[in-house]
Amino acid sequence: MYTASDLRKGLRIKIENDPYIVTEFNFVKPGKGQALYRCKLKNMVNGNQFERTFRSVDVFEAADLQEKRMQYLYKEEGKYCFMDNESYEQIFLSEDQVGESKNFLLDNIEAEVLLFEDRPLGISLPNFIDVIVTKADPWAKGDSVSGNTKPVTVQTGYQLQVPPFIEEGEKIRIDTRSGEYLTRVKG
Amino acid sequence: MIEDDSWKLTVRTDALRLRARMIRAIRRFFLHQDFLEIETPLRIPAPAPELHIDAVAAGAWFLHTSPELCMKRLLAAGYSRIFQICKCFRAGERGDRHLPEFTMLEWYRGGADYRALMNDCEALINTVAREIGLDGVVYWQGRRIGLNAPWERISVRDAFARYATISAAEALRTDRFDEVLACEVEPHLGMEIPVFLYDYPVEQGALARVKEADPGIAERFELYIAGLELANAFSELIDAGEQRRRFEETSRDRQRKGSAVYPMPERFLQVLPRMSPSAGIALGVDRLVMLLADKSRIDDVVAFTPESL
Repeated sequence: MYTASDLRKGLRIKIENDPYIVTEFNFVKPGKGQALYRCKLKNMVNGNQFERTFRSVDVFEAADLQEKRMQYLYKEEGKYCFMDNESYEQIFLSEDQVGESKNFLLDNIEAEVLLFEDRPLGISLPNFIDVIVTKADPWAKGDSVSGNTKPVTVQTGYQLQVPPFIEEGEKIRIDTRSGEYLTRVKG
Repeated sequence: MIEDDSWKLTVRTDALRLRARMIRAIRRFFLHQDFLEIETPLRIPAPAPELHIDAVAAGAWFLHTSPELCMKRLLAAGYSRIFQICKCFRAGERGDRHLPEFTMLEWYRGGADYRALMNDCEALINTVAREIGLDGVVYWQGRRIGLNAPWERISVRDAFARYATISAAEALRTDRFDEVLACEVEPHLGMEIPVFLYDYPVEQGALARVKEADPGIAERFELYIAGLELANAFSELIDAGEQRRRFEETSRDRQRKGSAVYPMPERFLQVLPRMSPSAGIALGVDRLVMLLADKSRIDDVVAFTPESL
């Protein structure tokens, strides 16, 4: 159980059977009046946001969230199939639930799937993945006019900006949180 | 590993310089008018019971939540113009405009009522603003606020009627007074010129005198500039019997909601009948620095916050 004084950005609470995350938080107290806790809350299932003001007497249930390690298997009709590594049970996530991570779903990659009472909410991937560049314009040595980076496509179909010396067939490391190029991987 | 945040002190240099100049100007303002600067103990045995203000325990005593009771004992002893700049402590108050340890300016005028303090506010803030190079205008978070007196004066009843979805009476009846005030009324207050919000329901003025013409109203005002609540003032209640009754009622309400109950401030109640009609006001110095330095967060006008210690 949480009380209103536990409220802070990032706290995850349960309201009417849905998990919510506090996305904005401010403490206000008019004059000699009671403390008020103004929050912006986001429904973690459907993404709806709303504002609500709580008082110090309000209490909240913690949202019962679990993370399970699962393996990405395949995509079918816009659904992403993951398998529980322990039970071999398979579940499907929507494109919304996978979010930006869809750009980094290598075959058989392991992800942490966030679950609320067995309903999947989203996934988080390892912070860094190594991928092969499948499409890149050749590097014209000495070509400094065209800028510092160039666009390439990697094996997941994701496009990003990389330094001009990266060639097709090379392996590069990407930060999955920002989606940005980090370094060239040898071998 | 502990994060090295000394850069936060470096970027606050300008605000801290401004703060020091403002505090010098405040002192000068009062000394020029023959006010006596007072220091009262921070650690006291019995803070004034207020429903929504919690004191920090210090041994068997408490850190004061304001210097009010000691200042009033001085008034009762015949001191009639006194001021103090001191730290006050309020448990659990932390936000963009709150620190659990903050700097308060309090001053009292014997023989005056709350209207005299409105004039003081106009003169004081204009003097301090001029001292730091602002002439009659302050810009806060993109808003232009004129400081030339006279400032706007609006009663709590009229402010609710103008800005809120329900009346002040209705808000009180449904226990939503604070919420409606904070969310619907305060954001409109003092956006072009400063505003004195005055004449509170008597339930909202524990140490304030009741208006002669209307026993449901307490002679209390709050000063707002750019939506920032800067100061709280009373025509002081000097009826000791009435004060004791209100303290006891507040203590019972605190007990009912599970808050700590403080000892009765007996020495204060004992001398209260000797206090002449007076008016007193508390102004948040950190908030005034926020306003005049154009800072949106109280963190930006102090050297250290509790989180950085």
